[in-house]
Amino acid sequence: MNLSREWLNEFVPVTASDKEFAEAMTLSGSKVETTTDLGAEISNVVVGRILSMERHPDSDHMWVCQVDVGADQPVQIVTGAWNIHVGDLVPVAKDNSWLPGGVHITRGNLRGVKSKGMLCSLKELGLDERDFPYGVITAAALLNDYHPIDPDKPSVPADVRPGHKIYGPVLAAAVEAVESAGEGRWSCTLTYPEKTAAVVTPCQNLHEGDMVAYNTKTGAICTLADLHAEQREFPHCIPDGIFVLQEDCAPGDDIREVTGLNDQVVEFEITPNRPDCLSVIGLAREAAATFNAPLTLHDPVVKGGAEGVLAELLDVETPAADLVPRYTARMVRNVKIAPSPKWMRRRLRAMGVRPINNIVDITNYVMLEYGQPMHAFDYRYVTGGKIIVRRAAEGEELTTLDGNVRKLTANHLVIADENRAVGLAGIMGGMNSEIVADTADVVFESACFDGTCIRKGALSLGMRTEASAKFEKGLDPLNTLPAVNRACELVELLGAGEVVDGVIDILNYVPQPTVLELEPEKINALLGTDVPEADMAAILRKLDFQVEGRAVTVPSWRGDVKRMADLAEEVARFYGYNNIPTTLMRGQTTVGGYSAEERLERRLGRTAQAMGFDEIITYSFISPTYYDKIRWSPDDPRRQSFKILNPLGEDTSIMRTTTLPSMLEILTRNYNYRNKSVRLYEVGRIYLPGGPDGLAVEDKYLTLGAYGEDMDFFTIKGAVEALLKELRCQGVRFTPVRDDPPYHPGRCAAVWAGEKRLGVVGQLHPLVGKNYGVDVPLYAAELALPALLEAQGPDPEYVPLPKFPGVARDIAVVCDEAVTVGALEDCIARGAKGLLKEVSLFDIYRGPGIPEGKKSVAFNLTLRADDRSLTGEEADEDVKSILAALGQELGAVLR
Amino acid sequence: MKEQLARMRAEALAALEAVKDAAALDELRVKYLGKKGELTAVLKQMGRLSAEERPAMGALANEVRAAVETALETASKKLEEAALERKLKAETVDVTIPGKTAHMGHRHPMYMALDEIKEIFVGMGFTVLDGPEVELAELNFDRLNAEEGHPSRDWSDTFYFDADSRVMLRSQTSPMQVRAMETMELPMRIIAPGRVYRKDEVDATHSPMFHQVEGMVIDKNVTMADLKGTLNKLVEQLYGPGTRTRFRPHHFPFTEPSCEMDVQCHKCGGAGCPTCKGEGWIELLGAGMIHPTVLEMSGIDPNVWSGWAFGIGLERTAMRRFKIADLRLIFENDVRFLEQF
Repeated sequence: MNLSREWLNEFVPVTASDKEFAEAMTLSGSKVETTTDLGAEISNVVVGRILSMERHPDSDHMWVCQVDVGADQPVQIVTGAWNIHVGDLVPVAKDNSWLPGGVHITRGNLRGVKSKGMLCSLKELGLDERDFPYGVITAAALLNDYHPIDPDKPSVPADVRPGHKIYGPVLAAAVEAVESAGEGRWSCTLTYPEKTAAVVTPCQNLHEGDMVAYNTKTGAICTLADLHAEQREFPHCIPDGIFVLQEDCAPGDDIREVTGLNDQVVEFEITPNRPDCLSVIGLAREAAATFNAPLTLHDPVVKGGAEGVLAELLDVETPAADLVPRYTARMVRNVKIAPSPKWMRRRLRAMGVRPINNIVDITNYVMLEYGQPMHAFDYRYVTGGKIIVRRAAEGEELTTLDGNVRKLTANHLVIADENRAVGLAGIMGGMNSEIVADTADVVFESACFDGTCIRKGALSLGMRTEASAKFEKGLDPLNTLPAVNRACELVELLGAGEVVDGVIDILNYVPQPTVLELEPEKINALLGTDVPEADMAAILRKLDFQVEGRAVTVPSWRGDVKRMADLAEEVARFYGYNNIPTTLMRGQTTVGGYSAEERLERRLGRTAQAMGFDEIITYSFISPTYYDKIRWSPDDPRRQSFKILNPLGEDTSIMRTTTLPSMLEILTRNYNYRNKSVRLYEVGRIYLPGGPDGLAVEDKYLTLGAYGEDMDFFTIKGAVEALLKELRCQGVRFTPVRDDPPYHPGRCAAVWAGEKRLGVVGQLHPLVGKNYGVDVPLYAAELALPALLEAQGPDPEYVPLPKFPGVARDIAVVCDEAVTVGALEDCIARGAKGLLKEVSLFDIYRGPGIPEGKKSVAFNLTLRADDRSLTGEEADEDVKSILAALGQELGAVLR
Repeated sequence: MKEQLARMRAEALAALEAVKDAAALDELRVKYLGKKGELTAVLKQMGRLSAEERPAMGALANEVRAAVETALETASKKLEEAALERKLKAETVDVTIPGKTAHMGHRHPMYMALDEIKEIFVGMGFTVLDGPEVELAELNFDRLNAEEGHPSRDWSDTFYFDADSRVMLRSQTSPMQVRAMETMELPMRIIAPGRVYRKDEVDATHSPMFHQVEGMVIDKNVTMADLKGTLNKLVEQLYGPGTRTRFRPHHFPFTEPSCEMDVQCHKCGGAGCPTCKGEGWIELLGAGMIHPTVLEMSGIDPNVWSGWAFGIGLERTAMRRFKIADLRLIFENDVRFLEQF
């Protein structure tokens, strides 16, 4: 919500500086986002009157002007613009002046002629034609500016003279004299052989001595469009030029005052509970309470007296009464559509609304002032003089003011006459009843519609408008009458028409003011303050609450105030949030702390970090194509994912059922950034269908991912082993997995703790790497946190250190390739007779000396007794037994 | 004989004084004190002495032996020291050559900030809760007083999984307030960090997925002054003592009164700069006293119990904490970024 401080001051005198104003309003609850001083970038720019114009002696397109800028002496300014004439009032950027965008204007020399400043266009003042509709420039095609595209084939001969035929009825003619005809039109005297013509034209670039193309049939001076000419053929006949002022001003006046740029616009962030603050009056009330300044509101006075009886002219029915708490309307006759006055235009502009014409501007003005959306429609298109507010028929069509055809449903509310809809209630008017230049009779509608209906209607059509944004928050039905009266008052003030006596006012609800009990003790107990009751009452009264004893009547526009806590907020806002003391909590002590899951996560994170893995955070939603990238088959049941119906895009459209592709994305990104040797981990969720209430089963996974020189299958497996060791998992083992699609069929293992499967570890399938465009081996492990939580071992218990020395024995056995080290180790453990304490692999050898298809595997065995020093013989006994087992069970023989 | 001993002593001491290496030292030891050494040779002559002369000469001989032995000891020590010194010198390295990297992994900076917040609140007796991200609209909105028609319920703002807008991705961690009220005993103090989702396109300050920490206290006689005191404590721990804060009125459907807390801009110290958009303050979090209607919906009597709640955005907190300029860095996970923390 934008607020013009100039407008605000009509209701409440606030002299605070912009910064003070912003801070005070913010702290009382109306958050100021920005403050813009409209004229901040402009200085030393004044109104000037063109006293004389001479063609530049050394240029074919520049003029040398003497300009009265309210000083003793006129100043000389050279301009390239062609749309000015002697007597015009124009903005003059004097020597050493500033324009928007940090443009600094100083005196200069233009082709040998001194120029002490610059004449300004609208754009150069930071304005445009919406701010000053009359600033639009129409250019005639001046034949003396003609530059043929092909010099060999000119459309107009270089020696064109008055009387030459251009085409059909169009002749060349000389401009003899130019005189203002008022309202931006010009009377020209044209001559061509033996004839003279007087022409009124909107073209502003005509001067004595110019030659124009004159259409003898229509009596018009041709523009470029009339001649189907391109701009480059008439390079100086452009729809741009100096802003010729049509304001009540005099040479020397500050241009900021004249154009309404001497105002500050404050942009507020208004929270949805305060639709009343989406208006100048609403904010004025807050400002008055904030600055303890008097609020002066104004009751609209309408003289009325137009011909006709309202009841005979207009009839309103509201069959959809449940959606129309109140419908108020008045009529204006003999409307004269014209631009609205400057003061109104500048206020609209300051608030960011484009001025259109007096009637439309009045509706916008009242909407800004009262926060009540208004609609004006042309009475002649209301067939039968009957307005019906009804639900749209299914499939009914209406062309709205923006020119779009809207297909409606029964959920939309329309304003209709007997035959057809003429407007989309609370959202936008219909094209068929638009206010146009010859509109004579106007109906002003000021209604209150159901917020939800308007919100849904606007949403379903994708057309959230200023009006619908207000209605959807729920407006005060009591506001419709003052607003419509204000509109009629403005009509009379602007002389825009005659108001018909009387008001049509349909009430479909019973106004019931909210009355609350003022409970100072409870309010103070909630806030932790000691605010006296009288102060509370004073604060509430400033906001137009009625306080009688302890009965508080809430104003109609404060639908957000419903109970004690709401009153407490009003008190707190103006007592000052920052005056509330700061205390630490008393009351019962609570234990607090982390859950077992959280402690597990921390432990895993710490361990992974200690092993050089960096933590990452990835999005929970992925693209369904990610499942293809990790080679899940099209009918893999794990593809069953929670699907977002309104995603931002395909890439973030489903909730992942695996964390692997997220990890691979990040590995790929790092690989593409040429980061060497990357190790990453994430503790993240997957989202599986089948949770309670139709929600997801959100299991967490620890995902490791890595690539680089110091990484291979056994390194990532080592990391998994270390993690499980840190958790003191018992019975950890790894079994080969040959059919997990993302993984290398020969380098992937399931991770177990006893009979509990914890997850998987492996090298990614080369085809997965290919899918990601990575040509180095990638490694990953996925471990389910719920399983890890269960597999966590008990707290450690001290085991006495060995008192007696052990005996070490190395053995190397030759066995078939197919025999795994795991199987050999298991067999060794079984074969020992109770003295074996440790087995560790130290070599695998294939090559000379070992038959094809076989391998030699060497282990280091540690044997020890707990109660005595072991003799070599005892140890050898065990080793013999182990070797026997290896030979019998696995065919592994001592090398 | 006396002269013999004296000469030997002088010779031996001089020789030992000048000895250069261990081998020479050993030679001297043998020469003077060895079984066939000079001292022994002298002592062998003792038999020729008279009984009166013997003790005196014996004492003298012992004295000479002791002197030579001491000198030997000293010389040996000196040689050892010299040898060590040479060894150390030979072992000298260029200490500016880089050390062998012990590659440690890094905690993600956002979780570092979260850890700090958790620690502060756990220290104050808060329990850390975790909850679902795929959430019921009923808990995310209705039970938090955001009725049908609240703008944040729009499909343009929130992700939904069904046409009835029943199941959604939670848009805030606040449904954890309801889940806590449903399952925990009063009084309660909880924080609930986690992922939340809103339909924002990715840019330097927005992401469709981000993180919040929800905090809530329900007890008897809990006041807004307590809320202010606790949040000031949080800011002091996060940003250092003396960090200035201010509280502004705001609106949330599930708190009343509601507020937002600002911290003074770290860049300009409150004077106004581009970082704080000229305001001198930067918005940190939203908070308020739990709306009595919200308490009632969970069967808690607002006449007996009161409470406060807050929600803080983690990304922004971490960004400010570590001066991270662009939110996208957080989810990009470039190790060159991660390893800075």
